[in-house]
Amino acid sequence: MADEKAKKTIDPKKHEMPVQDAKERAHNFEEVALGYDEETAVAEAQRCLQCKNEPCRKGCPVQVFIPQFIKMVAERDFDGAIKKIKEKNALPAVCGRVCPQENQCEKYCTLGKKFEPVGIGRLERFCADRELKMGVTVPEVAPPTGKKVAVVGSGPSGLTCASDLAKKGHEVTIFEALHVAGGVLMYGIPQFRLPKEVVQAEVENLKKLGVKIEVNSVVGKFSTVDELMEEEGFDAVYIGTGAGLPYFMGIPGENACGVYSANEFLTRTNLMKAYLFPKYDTPIKVGKKVAVLGGGNVAMDGARTALRLGAEESHIVYRRSHEELPARKEEAEHAEEEGVIFDLLTSPVEILSNEDGWVTGMKCIKYELGEPDASGRRSPIPIPGSEFIMDVDTVVVAIGQGPNPLVPRTTKGLELNKNGNIVANLETGATSKQGVYAGGDVVTGAATVILAMGAGRTAADSIHEYLTNK
Amino acid sequence: MFKILEKQVHSPVIKQFVVEAPRVAKSCKAGQFIILQINEEGERIPLTIADFDREKGTITIVFQEVGKSTIQLGEMEAGDYIKDFVGPLGEPTHIENVGTVVCVAGGVGIAPVHPIARAFKEAGNHVIGIMGARSKDLLFWEDKMAAACSELHVTTDDGSYVRQGFVTDVLKDIIEEKGKENIPLVVAIGPQPMMRAAANLTKEYDIKTIVSLNALMVDGTGMCGCCRISVGGETKFVCVDGPDFDGHQVNWAELALRQVYFKSEEQLALEYRECTCRNGGAE
Ligand SMILES: Cc1cc2nc3c(=O)[nH]c(=O)nc-3n(C[C@H](O)[C@H](O)[C@H](O)COP(=O)(O)OP(=O)(O)OC[C@H]3O[C@@H](n4cnc5c(N)ncnc54)[C@H](O)[C@@H]3O)c2cc1C
Ligand SMILES: Cc1cc2nc3c(=O)[nH]c(=O)nc-3n(C[C@H](O)[C@H](O)[C@H](O)COP(=O)(O)OP(=O)(O)OC[C@H]3O[C@@H](n4cnc5c(N)ncnc54)[C@H](O)[C@@H]3O)c2cc1C
Ligand code: SF4
Ligand code: SF4
Ligand code: FES
Repeated sequence: MADEKAKKTIDPKKHEMPVQDAKERAHNFEEVALGYDEETAVAEAQRCLQCKNEPCRKGCPVQVFIPQFIKMVAERDFDGAIKKIKEKNALPAVCGRVCPQENQCEKYCTLGKKFEPVGIGRLERFCADRELKMGVTVPEVAPPTGKKVAVVGSGPSGLTCASDLAKKGHEVTIFEALHVAGGVLMYGIPQFRLPKEVVQAEVENLKKLGVKIEVNSVVGKFSTVDELMEEEGFDAVYIGTGAGLPYFMGIPGENACGVYSANEFLTRTNLMKAYLFPKYDTPIKVGKKVAVLGGGNVAMDGARTALRLGAEESHIVYRRSHEELPARKEEAEHAEEEGVIFDLLTSPVEILSNEDGWVTGMKCIKYELGEPDASGRRSPIPIPGSEFIMDVDTVVVAIGQGPNPLVPRTTKGLELNKNGNIVANLETGATSKQGVYAGGDVVTGAATVILAMGAGRTAADSIHEYLTNK
Repeated sequence: MFKILEKQVHSPVIKQFVVEAPRVAKSCKAGQFIILQINEEGERIPLTIADFDREKGTITIVFQEVGKSTIQLGEMEAGDYIKDFVGPLGEPTHIENVGTVVCVAGGVGIAPVHPIARAFKEAGNHVIGIMGARSKDLLFWEDKMAAACSELHVTTDDGSYVRQGFVTDVLKDIIEEKGKENIPLVVAIGPQPMMRAAANLTKEYDIKTIVSLNALMVDGTGMCGCCRISVGGETKFVCVDGPDFDGHQVNWAELALRQVYFKSEEQLALEYRECTCRNGGAE
């Protein structure tokens, strides 16, 4: 703070994120982005203009107090900064790493109009990591209300809802189908992007608030939502079961050996640690040439995981062009640096296999961009006669996921939309069934971590109100 | 953690545990299964709920040692704990009174058939049980099966016990003897070749046949699609749409190919295990 004046010449660039070398990291599961050190964080924070109208906050789905926390970082009040962040965001170590900042907070940053925006996500991550290292202080919990809430699913949405309700003094139990809590943060997003230790540290913090987590508990099977309320005495239920049902293309050959859904490919690798096979028992098979179908974060994760598992070539096969890739910009860039090959304007029509049932190739067709459609996007049109055979031996299907029907199907009186998503009021999380709330991917369809968290928080507020007036 | 309360050894490769799992015991039905994970490094393996006691809160599983995980499981003793145990999974078998049901059990398939036969009998059916194995020492639960069925036929492939022949030979005799019009339903559970043979046989007689598919699985909740299989030309997820399916609709060839997906890795897992065991423990 010595040279207030000198600060006026703003560095046009964000402080670079130190990363593992691309060639090296393409073959290990260590985290790619290493995080700012204290000096870099302070220097980056000093780039912030402290805009009065806070445009950045409006771009954040949960309205983190961005200028306020950044000011604290600039002044080296790191404890204050993380407290400020946590007033709005329960999982900053996660969001700082995986939020698509370029479409959210950083998109609206004033600095971004002329220069590169402030590295808001990186600063958020810095504060959160520092706190995890120093030991987290457990927030205060209100006196017990005597009310019981069941949270179904332990993804970011369920974790946030549970955390908020516990702080308000309610007795909260999370029921999770898998053997660990964290949802997609554990089974989907790879270790090299979001270390599982970070997620588990957040889960441990939640337990310190008194939240009970029952893993190995598939709601709709051992008990239904109705039974939880009628027989087990829960006063309200929050459904945050995510969008875990993998879609397939519906093309011939998709059940061949060597074709995985992205969920299977990533679950085997992340959750079951197949990359450590045979020390860990769960196997995975990745061939020499892998094609990943799709263009989102899930596809990038699949393609980058394939390289790390030893594939010689890893391809992204996507129907549209580079601009339309729905993935976070940083992930697509990282994938490219690591050597992932992008086959754009290309789509598979058939997967070919040999008599043992193993993939031997993929018949594809080329696309071209047509006129812009109603949404302004130029829609891809297949080029007749452009079929060709791509030489691949492994295919990972990452074209999207829908809601798992287990809970919707077994809960009486729960309104669903035509895609099977639960219908919930976006302002309150209320469903068509009294006492039952829902949010996150199961309501919106596959979206983002921060939106799922925001929905968990909103629902926690309404559940609190409902229980207080009940 | 889930405690093993009792262990029973039926043969050097077929073992039985009674496991404390009150939540599963409370709600499970015939035809459903659990998934267990022995320890942190373990894989998730599916096993059928062979019996349950709602009052005591216990689940009985019977398993055959075929690879790394089941061999490791077989080394566990009463008093030990299994890290994860989730269920009940899958759709229960559709039980109704159809008159007569023939329940065919091959090998370790005796375990899953048992609660289904019992449920059909309780629903008022005349249940004809057929159980068989390669040889006498691989047979178990003859008493329990006799109690669960109205009549029971036992056979061994090598003739080392009762009669010699495959369960499908007995099935054919029974259909011929009773007349196909008097047998509205067959349930066949066992090794894939046996289920396939049974389904092929009953197709000739046009008798509806339920089989229980043992596809490879990971999560068992419909999340990964590993267990997918074509049935009647449509892709189904065995863990949530099944495991019961119409045996005449199953694409058996596809199932057989998918079953050996990880064969070389399974072999490697076994070798790794033997190697770490010899060198003093799997740590
Ligand atoms: C590979 C991948 C990469 C991604 N990358 C990003 C990214 O970079 N940035 C970003 O913002 N978003 C990303 N996303 C999206 C983001 O992860 C999701 O939007 C978010 O996790 C949704 O949170 P959720 O709490 O609604 O559900 P989930 O995280 O899906 O959690 C749902 C939980 O509910 C459990 N469950 C389901 N059914 C039952 C039941 N019947 N009983 C009990 N439990 C049940 C599930 O096991 C799961 O643990 C990615 C998603 C994937 C798959
Ligand atoms: C719904 C369901 C119910 C089952 N019930 C029983 C049961 O009650 N008793 C029993 O002994 N077995 C049962 N199985 C099979 C059991 O899950 C496998 O034998 C076990 O997973 C093998 O693991 P492993 O590591 O010992 O052998 P591995 O080394 O993994 O495999 C050895 C061989 O066993 C077969 N196999 C491997 N994994 C599976 C799997 N997940 N499902 C089916 N076959 C597999 C393969 O053909 C493989 O070549 C069931 C399977 C399913 C899907
Ligand atoms: S939560 Fe996400 S969008 Fe909000 S400030 Fe943090 S990184 Fe930006
Ligand atoms: S818009 Fe950018 S510069 Fe302005 S306060 Fe927010 S982060 Fe700082
Ligand atoms: S085992 Fe994963 S979907 Fe069936």
